[in-house]
Amino acid sequence: MVVCQLKRTFATMNVFNYFFAGLSDISISEDIPVEGDISMPVGSQNADNDFSTLDEPVKDTILRDLRAVGQKFVHVMYPKKSSALLRDWDLWGPLLLCVTLALMLQGGSVDSEEDGRPQFAEVFVIIWFGSVIITLNSKLLGGTISFFQSLCVLGYCILPLTVAMIVCRIVLLGGSGLVSFVVRLIVVTASFSWSTFASTAFLADSQPPNRKALVVYPVFLFYFVIGWMILTFSPSH
Amino acid sequence: MCKTMSASQGSTNTNTEPWGSFEDNNIIQGSGSAVIDMENMDDTSGSSFEDMGEMHQRMKEEEEVTAEAAAIHPERLSHMRVLIYLVSTQVWQAGKQQASKAFNLYANIDILRPYFDVEPNQVRNRLIESLIPVRMINFPQKVAGELYGPMMLVFTMVAILLHGMKTSGTVIREGTLMGTAIGTCFGYWLGVSSFIYFLAYLCNAQITMLQMLSLLGYGLFGHCMVLFITYNVHFHSLFYILWLVIGGLSTLRMVAVLISRTVGQTPRLFLCGTLAALHMLFLLYLHFAYHKMVEGILDTLEGPNIPPIQRVARDVPVVASAVVNATIKSIAAVVQSQ
Repeated sequence: MVVCQLKRTFATMNVFNYFFAGLSDISISEDIPVEGDISMPVGSQNADNDFSTLDEPVKDTILRDLRAVGQKFVHVMYPKKSSALLRDWDLWGPLLLCVTLALMLQGGSVDSEEDGRPQFAEVFVIIWFGSVIITLNSKLLGGTISFFQSLCVLGYCILPLTVAMIVCRIVLLGGSGLVSFVVRLIVVTASFSWSTFASTAFLADSQPPNRKALVVYPVFLFYFVIGWMILTFSPSH
Repeated sequence: MCKTMSASQGSTNTNTEPWGSFEDNNIIQGSGSAVIDMENMDDTSGSSFEDMGEMHQRMKEEEEVTAEAAAIHPERLSHMRVLIYLVSTQVWQAGKQQASKAFNLYANIDILRPYFDVEPNQVRNRLIESLIPVRMINFPQKVAGELYGPMMLVFTMVAILLHGMKTSGTVIREGTLMGTAIGTCFGYWLGVSSFIYFLAYLCNAQITMLQMLSLLGYGLFGHCMVLFITYNVHFHSLFYILWLVIGGLSTLRMVAVLISRTVGQTPRLFLCGTLAALHMLFLLYLHFAYHKMVEGILDTLEGPNIPPIQRVARDVPVVASAVVNATIKSIAAVVQSQ
């Protein structure tokens, strides 16, 4: 009982210590008369602002996140050396892109005989495990980038390949002959090299300069496998 | 040492609470170092569970205090909200710090870091050397203990296998293409390495597990090349030539390294024979397992080897129909007689 009360007092004292500790170093010279009243600092407005992200309408939260995702898409499409992608990493963009790509690669027909076409789970697993392995590899090679930052970069750089997938679907609507294959090959190759270039622009900076090739090769392989899955996609009718 | 400690503490004290926070200013974010500097440990981070319990207790006390204060003094409620926010932030950060410490201790990738310490030209040299058998088998050959090259080669082989499975139209019923490819390649690399390491242990060969993994991993470079060529250019004779030449060279390299590290004729023969057999047969298996459809197409295109259509024997149906007719007649006769 006494101990509880003592603890309570100690807790309260700690709390008030915070508010008054800042005033403890004030040295008052004797010439200047001290005036005024000591009151609690009004920090409640900041606290209310911080609490208000919980109270804001859902639309605001979603729009803010979507705007952040869209901004990062722009950074990927025009890769210059900026640290915006790395500073505020988030995994919404990679999730959206991965789900879109996996849905489009599935083809939509549930009971088809061709099990050779990648299923949703396969594409999902390839993308996420591939990203994890590339991240581990770049960390083991001495990289200074953190785990989730690297996942974020690799996920966002799938955007050109997703665009290529959409273009391939449209081209395949017009028939699947040699011309369409050549067009698809060009589109997929261009987007795959764009993805690799974009992600190395972000990732390779965090490596020691003579080991960039060691980090770039797995990224190249990763996007190559995804690009090959897109190229060999043929819808069944 | 005191000077550096105070300097570091002075430089990192700029954003902590005046009364001394729970934060350990050495939260290692992204640098990946596993070494916990004991000299920089805070007092509060000694035994984690007691601290967490104490902090929980303190937070509960805070809440009780604030509830009582709010009941008595309503105008102080907003200040209490500040308090709750501050304390909860501190608890969250302390918990995060504990979790990151536990992570750094147990799920530590720094154990593998020395095996990835390579330069690109080293990797290139080792790839080329994996196809050149050594001549000197009188003293132990040096084997680099590195895992970057082997892992990249295994992943490359997975990609090549996927391509081969796709072009041969393989249908995997109980699983996925990707799972089969990864399982095959990693299973071969890890499984055969372990098996040969076990045999090397039996035969008293001087080789460590890491060296065996590295040796076999680089030996897959020849396999990758052969498969890459023959999954795209389908000529059997070309495959056999490449199998013998490139597969043979990479096997000879591994065998020579193992011979140089083993004494005695019989152990050498046993170990190297097993490795050679497994390595060559694996390449053969990879080529033919995903080649069936293309073989089938080639066979039908060849034409005259198809056997002529056999005549079906007509005796059996005639006898059967005769028996049925006789039975029906006898039954009819019996029915009519009644």
